[in-house]
Amino acid sequence: MYSFEPSDEQKMLIDAVARYAAADLRPAAHDAEEAKELPLKLINKGWELGVLQASIPEAYGGFGDRSAVTGVLAAEEMAYGDLAGALAIGTPGLFALSILLAGSEEQKQMYLMPVIEAGWKPYTAALMEPAFDFDPNDLKTTAKIKGGEYILDGKKTYVPFAAQAEAMVVFANLDGKTKGFIVPKGAAGLTVGEEREKLLGLNALPFYSVKLEDVKVPEANLLPGDFAVILASSQVALAAMAVGVAKAAFDYSRDYAKDRDVFGVKVAQKQAIAFMLAEMATEIEASRLLIWEAAWMIDAGKEEASKQAYLALTGAADMVMMVTDRAVQILGGHGYIREHPVELWMRNGRGFSTFAGLALV
Amino acid sequence: MIEFEAPKPIANQTFVLKTVAEEMMRSKSRYFDEHEHEIPYDYIEFMQTVKRATGAGSLVPREEKKKEDEDPNKPKHPPIGYQMLASIAEALAWGDVGMYLCTPGGLLGAAAVQAAGTPEQRQKFLTRFLGEKPVFDAMCMTEAGAGSDTSAIRATAVLDKATNEWIINGEKIFVTAGDKAMTAYEKFDKGFIVVWATLDPKAGRAGMRAFVIEAGTPGVRVEKLEHKLGIRCSDTATIVLQDARVPFDHILGSPTIETDTSKGFKGAMATFDATRPLVAAGGIGVARAALEFVIEKLAENGITIRYGLPRQKLTNIEREVIDMEIMLRSAWLMIIKAVWMADNKKSNALEASMSKVKAGDIGTKITQKAVELMGPLGYSREFLLEKWFRDAKITDIYEGTGQINRLVVARQILDYRSSELR
Repeated sequence: MYSFEPSDEQKMLIDAVARYAAADLRPAAHDAEEAKELPLKLINKGWELGVLQASIPEAYGGFGDRSAVTGVLAAEEMAYGDLAGALAIGTPGLFALSILLAGSEEQKQMYLMPVIEAGWKPYTAALMEPAFDFDPNDLKTTAKIKGGEYILDGKKTYVPFAAQAEAMVVFANLDGKTKGFIVPKGAAGLTVGEEREKLLGLNALPFYSVKLEDVKVPEANLLPGDFAVILASSQVALAAMAVGVAKAAFDYSRDYAKDRDVFGVKVAQKQAIAFMLAEMATEIEASRLLIWEAAWMIDAGKEEASKQAYLALTGAADMVMMVTDRAVQILGGHGYIREHPVELWMRNGRGFSTFAGLALV
Repeated sequence: MIEFEAPKPIANQTFVLKTVAEEMMRSKSRYFDEHEHEIPYDYIEFMQTVKRATGAGSLVPREEKKKEDEDPNKPKHPPIGYQMLASIAEALAWGDVGMYLCTPGGLLGAAAVQAAGTPEQRQKFLTRFLGEKPVFDAMCMTEAGAGSDTSAIRATAVLDKATNEWIINGEKIFVTAGDKAMTAYEKFDKGFIVVWATLDPKAGRAGMRAFVIEAGTPGVRVEKLEHKLGIRCSDTATIVLQDARVPFDHILGSPTIETDTSKGFKGAMATFDATRPLVAAGGIGVARAALEFVIEKLAENGITIRYGLPRQKLTNIEREVIDMEIMLRSAWLMIIKAVWMADNKKSNALEASMSKVKAGDIGTKITQKAVELMGPLGYSREFLLEKWFRDAKITDIYEGTGQINRLVVARQILDYRSSELR
């Protein structure tokens, strides 16, 4: 059957996330970006909504079953509030869900509980690398087995909260395949960049480069499972966040256009603007449905899920750029100044063609 | 629960229709493109047989027709009538969209009766489609001076109190299948048209009503058939109405003008909410045909699309094909959502128009791009790609142009009345 109706449980979660996004994340976003810091209290409040906790089975300390569909619904609502906040709240999930999706039974028993019990703690994952042709399926960071240990070498970038992280999953190339490795805090040969990385957007989120030089981890730290499902789940998560950002920009520019007078009418009453908004709404919906289908395919274990998730993110990255650019355009000069949030959304929106592995559902 | 699994009956139906599309349609596509106004009798008669067996191809959901013989004790399945229709439209348009528009029984006229008619009217006008001979119907809305602005319609309907008949005068153009519906062809049974006319030209939209006019009604004639860019297999007629007399109960909706509401116009719009996604679905079929052709030709030349690579590593052709796939799939999902809403009695005016905007856009873009990517093969009439490029353009025009649908979408998202956003 086709159905576009979230379950009652999903609706409850979406509502809770939407309320938090509107009441807490959005009002804090501007100052967080300018101050380059998200208040821990704010992150913790979002953490307590239990989006991650609800995706971890009871056997490992959580209270639900992971569903990519539920995940993308929540991700969109969270990012509607603020992308930096949404990514920050989800950062421990990069670690936990990588283990849930590709880890062994022992790894799940050992690592999941400490992440999700009590408050938000900095656990993270390192996938991206500093090269224009970065490819998650063809990593330059290598893993080699030697004397019952894996030796990791390479450079990582865009690693959120790396400096504070209790542990991280590092993705590396093992015999031509991308695999995850659990690397504890303070591992010998692991160097986190001294300064935070400076990016076009997302300044509220602390990103670091990470260098791995002969980092040795025990054999038991290899996540044995397939990377494909992690990548697909990450792609739909990011794509859903792109929709959230686009929706925020659409709503804001629509409301602005309905409020602002021009030549005796409202700006929105001009077809030049009204048609832009109609196309924005159409593209947001198109993107969202493709993401939902990809997420459903992941949950249903469909073979085409990987391709569909890739298409969903590729489409969403274009869509969010188009929508946020137009939102800035609709506000005109007001869109260009940092008093209004649309310029931040445009900067954040540009990132989705670059981001990989920064969100996971 | 959010789900994307095509219901079994739909999956089965589309599987069967793929063969029909390949055997009955593709093989004749070029012939009927080059012999405009010839009637594809083989296809029509075959589809009539199929329809009688399965209900396939009609714009009228099958549930309506079966109501009488329904067993109240049988477990109820969620309704999928419109979802089925959209899937059929897509599958047949993949074969040939012009020929698909020649599918007998239950086109736009029937859809109007379905959306705005009483149970008696549905019984009277819709049951004929299941007879032995094919029957056609058509929607007559557009006039020389009234296209997207349907409130400018000048055709009039006046009640003759002496005979209790409506007297209809006017001239309608761009009537899809108008000829097949109204001309007495030996191989077809009597069809009908649904004509939009005003009870009072001063009343604007509030005065607009639709009337069912049977083939053979004196005063109604098919004046002209258009020569078109594409969908040449489908006739596009001009129909002249001169003192055409229509029984009183052939009016769809209320016979009196309620000036405080505009139910007549809303009746028309309700039809479009139901049919726009179906017309959009036809556009998707054409676009899919073009995209599959491109992928096939590339594969023949040893080029396979490397999904999963970062954009920076893809070739230009790969990027184009990937973008086309994204457009095609998301447009299709928008249609599925719109018809799913219709099946579940949810108001879908926004979704229906958005799906039409998107389908018109991507159908045009994909077929244009496909011709470009295939170079000399694309432009050649040796293949069907150039034809699909011509056929696809109609999706962006009929049943509301892309622009009028943008206006409909804009009014809804902005919460504006038509007086506030013109």
